[in-house]
Amino acid sequence: MSLVAQLLIRRGAPGEAGHWDRFEVAFERGQSVLDGLRRIRVEQDPSLAFRFSCINANACKECMMLLDGKVVYACMARLEPREMRLEPLANKALLRDLATEIAPPDERIARAAPASD
Amino acid sequence: MAGPDGIELQADVLVIGSGAAGMAAAIAADEAGADVLLVDRSLIGRGGATVMAQMTVAVALGEEVPDHWQHHLADTLAAGRGLCDERLAALLCENGPAAIRQMDNWHAGWARHHDGRIRAAQAPGHDRPRCVYVDFLATGPAVSRTLRGQVQRQARIRRIGDLCITDLVVADAVAAGAVGFAVSDGAPVAISAKAVIVATGGLTRLYGRNSASANMGGDGYALALRAGAELVDMEFVQFFPIGHLAPRLIGMDPIMWDPFRYKLGGRLLNAEMREFTDDYGVVEDGTYRVTRDLATYAILKEVEAGRASPAGGVYLSFQHVPEERLRESFGPVIDRLAKNGIDLTRVPVEVAPIAHYHMGGVRVSPALETRVPNLFAAGEAIGGANGANRLSGNAITEALVFGRSAGAAAAARVRGMNRSPFEPRFAAPARALLAGGVPQPGLNPAALVAELQQIMSRQVGPFRTAAGLEAALGAIARIAAALGPVPPGAPRPFDTARLDWFDLRNMLLVAASVTEAALARTESRGAHQREDFPLLGDAWAVHQTVHLEAGRPVVARTPVRTGAEAVP
Repeated sequence: MSLVAQLLIRRGAPGEAGHWDRFEVAFERGQSVLDGLRRIRVEQDPSLAFRFSCINANACKECMMLLDGKVVYACMARLEPREMRLEPLANKALLRDLATEIAPPDERIARAAPASD
Repeated sequence: MAGPDGIELQADVLVIGSGAAGMAAAIAADEAGADVLLVDRSLIGRGGATVMAQMTVAVALGEEVPDHWQHHLADTLAAGRGLCDERLAALLCENGPAAIRQMDNWHAGWARHHDGRIRAAQAPGHDRPRCVYVDFLATGPAVSRTLRGQVQRQARIRRIGDLCITDLVVADAVAAGAVGFAVSDGAPVAISAKAVIVATGGLTRLYGRNSASANMGGDGYALALRAGAELVDMEFVQFFPIGHLAPRLIGMDPIMWDPFRYKLGGRLLNAEMREFTDDYGVVEDGTYRVTRDLATYAILKEVEAGRASPAGGVYLSFQHVPEERLRESFGPVIDRLAKNGIDLTRVPVEVAPIAHYHMGGVRVSPALETRVPNLFAAGEAIGGANGANRLSGNAITEALVFGRSAGAAAAARVRGMNRSPFEPRFAAPARALLAGGVPQPGLNPAALVAELQQIMSRQVGPFRTAAGLEAALGAIARIAAALGPVPPGAPRPFDTARLDWFDLRNMLLVAASVTEAALARTESRGAHQREDFPLLGDAWAVHQTVHLEAGRPVVARTPVRTGAEAVP
């Protein structure tokens, strides 16, 4: 019997009523939670939003999220054949689903734009 | 936020991409007095290839052993198999030492001997130890961190992350800015600039197995092409021969085994546990001698001959290296491997070729300017310096050197320019595309990206045939038809499907450029190997360029420039 990881993911954007979506992905030993999330986008739901850049190297530090209530890098957390609960960072502004505003304040577009009048 | 003429942002010099090349360009342009805007589709100084580079930087410092930049140049030209633009290669080698010493002054942390000399390792293709590094496996992160610190210190450099540039703005054949959208809220952004520097890196995301960040989809090549610039040497994609394959390893760069080989040698073994590179003309005997193109060839031929490791590659073994020596060389990395269940003293790992670097890119003059006035490019985004095959260690060097040169050249260009020729009408088509079309719930751009990656890996990888390349062109056209001409749905915050749509639009154009150039080059040279034309062709010591005609990539030929020629 092939094992599956069940990812229970908090979805939604600011101003929307948030909800939970459940995805099943085939479990392969050694895979990361980020591997599972990327597979969901390709195979099931391309609208699932989360941040990542370097994929595997833990270099970009973008894929921070909550796994069962604890802050993890999704590229470093192992996928497991059980229910895993994923939520956006609680202390950052929500953008969509698991993506939050983590850019330093002086590297965001609103700050850099000239004041409108 | 937008002004009355639809411009949200203005700058003298707009730098697109914040890897080493983009940050070096921003610093140089700022130092030369230009007002600089540095943008990145991801976080500033964290995406792209630089931060991933765990390896070494080739530079003729002459501290490990006596050296001269002309020796570095000779090795670069030899690796390039007759296709280096010698003017760019010389710029890289001659200015490399100053760029590395500047990084040293900024405390990059190059590994040193006890007497203070900067250490250099010997890498394949070099005639002497010439490759500097930061321990342990930390070269790229150290370069990124150092440049990020310098960029932040220059208060005048404005930095904006999460800004995806979708098109350059060209005013009567002159670069005038760019259009894109803020990823965080989806809102369109128009930027007016007097000069633009494309520093967006390479195209490794076109391939399934690759060593770089997810945002390396060749977007700069597509931006430059659509703006009227030429690309050059697009058929030359470098595959890194010993990318990590198995066991699954997380939190590590897949190219990490290269520095292991520099320091410890290591042995490449086939399924019969036999060293095989001597069958292909290179006796290694526990040292690291085989160049990248030959190693890729040897490994794939072993796999083809049925002598593959279980995961489909070959073995790399350090079992003969004493544990004390492993620890002394890579201390903390050995612990990270242990956490992944890997004990190098007991088991070999499995490795296979992965897409690593692009020799080709935007065609530029020695001043790093494209044929579109005021449009510059730097770093991996340009083609020509490395010819048909890049010498180990030249990537960070070229990022720093070309970044600095492009920044200085762009700043010199804008000095005395009153204003950018930007007008809203020039940006109108790009802005119209950003508005989006009718939603298409059935369209999955992420799945189409995966499909393109599979096709490119299978048909446009290290070994190519006319039939395979033609099949790839057919598949690229089918995927383009499925994607459609307009992104479905209206802009909204952090819409990853929309980001994939714009990425795939660029990836398809770049994939077609690579494939058309590979089909036209009926010979084998460096990283371009045709199974139906296995020999080097004397008549093929020419560059191929790609430009757009009616939206389609067209391949042409142009002579290779040598250093002896006068700069036009």
